Amino acid sequence: MSWETVIGLEVHVQLATKSKLFSGSATEFGAEPNTQASLYDLALPGTLPVMNEEVLRMAVSFGLAVDAEIGKRSVFDRKNYFYPDLPKGYQISQLAFPTVGRGALKINLDDGSEKTIAITRAHIEEDAGKSLHEDFQGMSGIDLNRAGTPLLEIVSDPDLRNAKEAVAYLKKLHSIILYLGISDGNMAQGSMRCDANVSVRKKGDTEFGTRTEIKNVNSFKFVEKAINYEVQRQIELIEDGGRVIQETRLYDSDKDETRSMRSKEVANDYRYFPEPDLLPIVIDESYIAAVRATLPELPAARCARFVSEYGLSAYDADVLTSDRAMADYFESVVKLCGDAKLSANWVTVDLLGLLNKSDLSINESPIKPGQLGTMIARIKDNTISGKLAKTVFEALAAGESDVDQIIESRGLKQVTDTGAIEKLVDEVIASNPDQVAQYRAGKEAVFGFFVGQAMKVSKGKANPAQLNELLRNKLKAD
Amino acid sequence: MLSKTVAELATALSQKEISARELTQAYLDRIGRLNPALNAYVTITADKALAQADLADARISRGEAGPLTGIPIAHKDIFCTRDVLTACGSHMLHNFIAPYDACVVERLEQAGAIMLGKTNMDEFAMGSSNETSWFGPVRNPWDPERVPGGSSGGSAAAVAADLCAMATGTDTGGSIRQPASFCGITGLKPTYGRVSRWGMIAFASSLDQAGPLTKSAEDAALMMNAIAGTDVRDSTCLDLPAEDFTAQLNQPLTGVRIGLPREHFTKDLNPSVQSILQNAVRKLESLGATFKEISLPNNYLSVPAYYVIAPAEASSNLSRFDGVRYGHRCANPANLEDLYKRSRGEGFGDEVKRRIMVGTYALSAGYYDAYYIKAQKIRRLIKDDFDQAFKDVDLILGPTSPHTAFKLGEKVSDPVTMYLEDIYTIAVNLAGLPGMSLPAGILDGLPIGMQLVGPALSESRLLNVAHQFQLNTDWHAKRPAAPVVSSPEVSA
Amino acid sequence: MALSKNDVEKIAHLARLQINDADASEVGQRISNILEMIDQMQNVDTSEVSPMAHPFDAVQRLRPDLVTEKNQRDYYQKIAPATQDGLYLVPRVIE
Repeated sequence: MSWETVIGLEVHVQLATKSKLFSGSATEFGAEPNTQASLYDLALPGTLPVMNEEVLRMAVSFGLAVDAEIGKRSVFDRKNYFYPDLPKGYQISQLAFPTVGRGALKINLDDGSEKTIAITRAHIEEDAGKSLHEDFQGMSGIDLNRAGTPLLEIVSDPDLRNAKEAVAYLKKLHSIILYLGISDGNMAQGSMRCDANVSVRKKGDTEFGTRTEIKNVNSFKFVEKAINYEVQRQIELIEDGGRVIQETRLYDSDKDETRSMRSKEVANDYRYFPEPDLLPIVIDESYIAAVRATLPELPAARCARFVSEYGLSAYDADVLTSDRAMADYFESVVKLCGDAKLSANWVTVDLLGLLNKSDLSINESPIKPGQLGTMIARIKDNTISGKLAKTVFEALAAGESDVDQIIESRGLKQVTDTGAIEKLVDEVIASNPDQVAQYRAGKEAVFGFFVGQAMKVSKGKANPAQLNELLRNKLKAD
Repeated sequence: MLSKTVAELATALSQKEISARELTQAYLDRIGRLNPALNAYVTITADKALAQADLADARISRGEAGPLTGIPIAHKDIFCTRDVLTACGSHMLHNFIAPYDACVVERLEQAGAIMLGKTNMDEFAMGSSNETSWFGPVRNPWDPERVPGGSSGGSAAAVAADLCAMATGTDTGGSIRQPASFCGITGLKPTYGRVSRWGMIAFASSLDQAGPLTKSAEDAALMMNAIAGTDVRDSTCLDLPAEDFTAQLNQPLTGVRIGLPREHFTKDLNPSVQSILQNAVRKLESLGATFKEISLPNNYLSVPAYYVIAPAEASSNLSRFDGVRYGHRCANPANLEDLYKRSRGEGFGDEVKRRIMVGTYALSAGYYDAYYIKAQKIRRLIKDDFDQAFKDVDLILGPTSPHTAFKLGEKVSDPVTMYLEDIYTIAVNLAGLPGMSLPAGILDGLPIGMQLVGPALSESRLLNVAHQFQLNTDWHAKRPAAPVVSSPEVSA
Repeated sequence: MALSKNDVEKIAHLARLQINDADASEVGQRISNILEMIDQMQNVDTSEVSPMAHPFDAVQRLRPDLVTEKNQRDYYQKIAPATQDGLYLVPRVIE
């Protein structure tokens, strides 16, 4: 039987504000427990929320980046439930009137085609604190430093059809968020968290199957694995005559499986109602225009510009612009060396290879754009050959800092003195009479042999163009 | 001296007839004698009061005194007071030493007022008789067998018994005005958003408003000058320029148009109360006001709508009391659910639990539209009634309460009867309007108030009418003949 | 609308209130009386009325994104029932 998977994602993005959504507490990660918890964050009686303007600006800028309708009047609601990491006993969120309405995001599929994923909404809400389960005389410890940190919850329509699409969507979201600078997007620290609603149905069915919600998956890789596991589980369940029950499941990355969260089995009744301590947020066109004016160039536009301005392939342009820091890196390199194609090659092949191998982000790259740009400039001005540049690159990667000093100390400078190269060519011709005869008899392929020999003698330093020209002339001449 | 108004005391202080310390000590002495019987105060902050009094005296001698400098005040125990027990009438907060001051407390302290202590109240302000307090009921200084009204019953009794010069209260459905009426004093519930709610323990956030309980309208105006005004910590606090609420007190009443709601003057209203109100109307007429009948056709729906909206908000506001960060925690909780259920079950009294349950029910899946949304629609109808009425009149006069103070225990066993006590006051909160109660007569030895209601932000006009009335009558100056000195149980 | 014992238990659970079995029926009766009073609303046609959440049509003020709070953990935890190493303690939270 043929099955179709239906996935919708709810992505929680922690907004990178200095202070919390409704209080003046700091939001830094990793502080001592409860040192960033104010009277309001602790839900002391009598305390009241006051909205952080930066949160609104960030939410609206996200909305504009995904062509979403912006709520001119957004309303906060209380979502009521008891949990120790939720000190007020309710979470302030937006139910009926979110700040960001319907929008869309284009993702690139493996076959090179594009697919548009509808964004249902994105609403502002408070993050919860953390429960620590280390043993405190059989108790849990509650840290409310994170309580009240602003979140943007981005909800997609159930438009995704497999785990790969889900990951492509997430990566695109991640890219946009970093471009906008509204979050650090650090999934390991929980700055971006994903809940996946997954169901399966027979191909051709129009009704959706019963879905399960997989909670809090914290890496792209685990999102893919969790969805694949869950899809397989649901298909096997149905094929064995069972049925999927609507429930919340937790992904266990150690066992690579999802399991039912029994503690949430009792259907929640959140008793939403409008938050009476806050008034509606009302914004007008001029506010929206002002936010729009501050938007940076977004990935899609930058990708198009890389193709037209730098003459890059669509593929290279996409790779380079998917990450704002990478695109910035690339443009710094181009600025220094003046050769976009060469820069694109070095960044997408050598640099990315290096980063992937050591699992580093572009910001953590041991080679700074100034160094790579200088190195490529030395290729351009014939100081070094492209081949020996690899040696320079490796030295930079190993922590050496000055490109010219690396070239100097290892004697990597290209030989461009015609006299010296001529001497070398003569030497090679003289010591290989058989091959000379072959070449002159019309066996063109032997030419490569001479190049190789000459390079070997020069220890790779002879300028290849000059060497080729002299070789041809000399071999012809006699 | 202790029965003087704030305005009179300010003169006495500035003329050095008495020092703030002497005045404070005199009130503390009287509290020491009378409070055991009245139970108006739950906490007395004598040391703090005397320290503040010395500061006030220094300020007075430097010639830097304001109108409230050196005036002893009592705070309803719903306002957080730094390092002082703030129990809100509840066992839930029996050990809650607040780590901060409410905005109202802060502002009064800045104005130089001296905090004598914290006053008793219905638990979490849920009640109309002060009988739901975990600290036991307050006795009405006019008759110890009777309630002082609620929920600001301790504050009202303290003012009436001269246990302070003025007091703070809060009013969600009548909790300033009804006790003012029962205790023969003046109480003002300002326009919603006039006074910051920061530090005032929330009952129903969209209805709660702090205000003064005083011996005269002029005193209420002086207190309003100190407590009203925008506060960035309360998003619902209106951003308005500072207003001098005493500025219009002496305006003549000529041409002031006052409406009498047909729905309030029916056979349901005690005829004696009715005739007291008629006398007040004649007095105001003689001062130049004109009267006409108006209609508030949806007023009868205010109690039902209120008993959805207020409990719904309360059910959520009171979720924070969970035994984790402060307040009562049950002994040896077996698990998380046990911690919640027993801490809350033990910490809250019956009436509070009842309202939490009603509110939870009204918000729960399947009932939200029929209860909560319906009540919000009724709320608009009620506000529209007032908007309509204020096209023809400047303010509205009617009863504060259907009758004088009732006996302890008389209504406490029947919640619905108790709720209907607030039939004349609740609509004002739903519409967010300013309302005040001022003494209008004495009935069988007990005071009875009348209510004035105005459009939003019309406090100055209300205070003007009330002050002119008080200049020409002496109901507000009447005091209980002989306040009790020991509780009836003890003396029996 | 009269509440059953089951209704009372359900609401009490949602509100995390312990209600003794012995009290449940009285609690249910009193709440039912209140709901009966409230139900007067149901006779009014409000189909053309929009719900009112706030007394006024005011708009939310915004504050600048500034850290204005200092660490006062020790002071705030003086009133806490149970803490250790700066954490609030609760019976074990089971995920």
